[in-house]
Amino acid sequence: MMHTDILVIGGGPSGLSAAIAAGKSGAEVLLVEGNQYFGGQLVKQTHMFFGSEKQYAATRGFDIGKKLVEEVEVYDNVKTLHSTTALGIYEDGIVTLEQKTESEDVYLKVRAKTIIIGTGALERSLPFTNNDLPGIYGAGAVQTLMNEYLVKPGKRVLMVGAGNIGLIISYQLLQAGVEVAGIIDASSEIGGYLVHASKIRRSGVPIFTGYTIVKAEGKDHLEKATIAQVDRHWKPIPGTEKEFKVDVLCISVGLTPSSALFWQVGCEMEYVRDLGGYVPKRNQYLQTTLKNIYVAGDSAGIEEASSAMVEGSIAGLSASHNLGFIYEDYQRDIQELLQELEGLRGGEKGEHIRNGYNMVGF
Amino acid sequence: MLKTTGVPNDQDLDGVFPPQERLGKGPVVVVECFETIPCNPCYTACHFGGIEAFKDITDLPTIDFEKCNGCTLCISNCPGLAIMVIDYQYHKDYVKMTIPYEFFPLPKEGEWVKGLDRRGEVVINVQVILVKNAKHQDKTPLISIAVPKAHFKKLRNIEVGDSNDQS
Amino acid sequence: MKQRIENHPILDIPLRRKIKFYYNDKVIFGLEGDTIASALHASGITQLSKSIKLHRPRGFYCAIGNCSSCFMRVDGKPNVKTCVERLREDMVVESQDGRGSIK
Repeated sequence: MMHTDILVIGGGPSGLSAAIAAGKSGAEVLLVEGNQYFGGQLVKQTHMFFGSEKQYAATRGFDIGKKLVEEVEVYDNVKTLHSTTALGIYEDGIVTLEQKTESEDVYLKVRAKTIIIGTGALERSLPFTNNDLPGIYGAGAVQTLMNEYLVKPGKRVLMVGAGNIGLIISYQLLQAGVEVAGIIDASSEIGGYLVHASKIRRSGVPIFTGYTIVKAEGKDHLEKATIAQVDRHWKPIPGTEKEFKVDVLCISVGLTPSSALFWQVGCEMEYVRDLGGYVPKRNQYLQTTLKNIYVAGDSAGIEEASSAMVEGSIAGLSASHNLGFIYEDYQRDIQELLQELEGLRGGEKGEHIRNGYNMVGF
Repeated sequence: MLKTTGVPNDQDLDGVFPPQERLGKGPVVVVECFETIPCNPCYTACHFGGIEAFKDITDLPTIDFEKCNGCTLCISNCPGLAIMVIDYQYHKDYVKMTIPYEFFPLPKEGEWVKGLDRRGEVVINVQVILVKNAKHQDKTPLISIAVPKAHFKKLRNIEVGDSNDQS
Repeated sequence: MKQRIENHPILDIPLRRKIKFYYNDKVIFGLEGDTIASALHASGITQLSKSIKLHRPRGFYCAIGNCSSCFMRVDGKPNVKTCVERLREDMVVESQDGRGSIK
């Protein structure tokens, strides 16, 4: 059995930031990550980030990941375990972990005074005819294949979804030398940042808003995709079909918070459409209805990685503070972070996030 | 248009292009940033006060065209690749347009490339004047092209390869 | 190696050691750092398994070990998540049809 003050579950932008903040406060921290490396989805982000200097704006995502990992390593009181998945949180507060090693899978137990959960999000899928054909991939898979393993997903791609992820991955496909036949989205407007849309459009990739995917065809692999315009009830309009000869369909229709651990441990949950699904209720310091469980990042609601980092820092500082660790600049730092978060959620694109957050406080 | 296709229209562009009078005074930025997203690296990159301080991080950038000297520093710092620099005084028939370009292969100086508009369609072939890819640009190379004055408001991108002639 | 990215404007392309493995009795080469699925994909093999009931062709979908679409038999062990399992020298990888069973 291991003991620690704070257990951070998830080594993405929110978890790394939480571990850094808690480490800075002097708490004993254990950070666990299911993957073989830390950084979460940052590792695959080749584009420059938005936000301000405080959230590493204008730095490429994978470089931000490296910076956060380096910062974690500064603190001797922060221990890390990769290839280690949290399996469950039990009534007596013990968390069970499965660690994969070269030779075997090891079962570990840890008791923590406080747990910060930053487990990120899961991709949504889309029902349509033959959506299980090889060649049809989740957006994350395309990004993983390209930017982590340096393998092209195929020759010609149709992107389904014009949110930020769909737009960014379309651009990354072009950078990898893969043709993008077009980007479709059932909404009447582009969901992602317009600057992303413009830079793909001026490379000659058309964007079809108001279209959905109706059918995929192919024998053992995708050969053709059919799209159609949608009516006000999101139903395809017969006669508006367009066909694309493509060998890859990339499905980028949004994310939903990864909420399993919150349900299991008994946090009060709320379904918030604007945040992507079920999320735990929490106060502004990211403390859930169970006082020793905190949440941060996409598992608290789908947002940009810059907000995930700020939330992680707030959760890490607040959790340490509540355990009695004295960090001199606590009040100043936490106020600054809360203001940063408010800033990131400003503007037109932040409206749904602001709406969502009005529903999760207690 | 912009919100459904990603292509800004003439009205959108008129709002961000510097006045003709300023164009006559030398290089200056054009920032095609039309949406209130949380982002301010253009402001922090500028050493000359050419981009006014943001009250909120979601403000649109306000350009002080008198202070901007067209130094190009902000171009590779814009995460949206929304900035270019126009030097209208470069030549009597051509403007020098400096744009970010994050694709392989990079063009060579002197090479003719396809000049593309904001829909990615070929407008006219243009010659590359300068390719800058310094370490501080962090893999966002800057390409300067000579664009005939009649087309400079249309062009926004290039396509490299198989256009090694002027036609 | 038909699907490898050979140069990239942002990412560095490291020199990587070749790894030999077997796919349905054929010899295939992947690269150090590959997962089984990425190595197969790089060689143009995208159909990894067949579905349990209707035996429809399946490739990977999520590439992060969540969706079960990439299950294959590896060194005799069925239901291996090939999208996250690292490639090792001389691995024996076989397509899986339906529910995996131990031979």
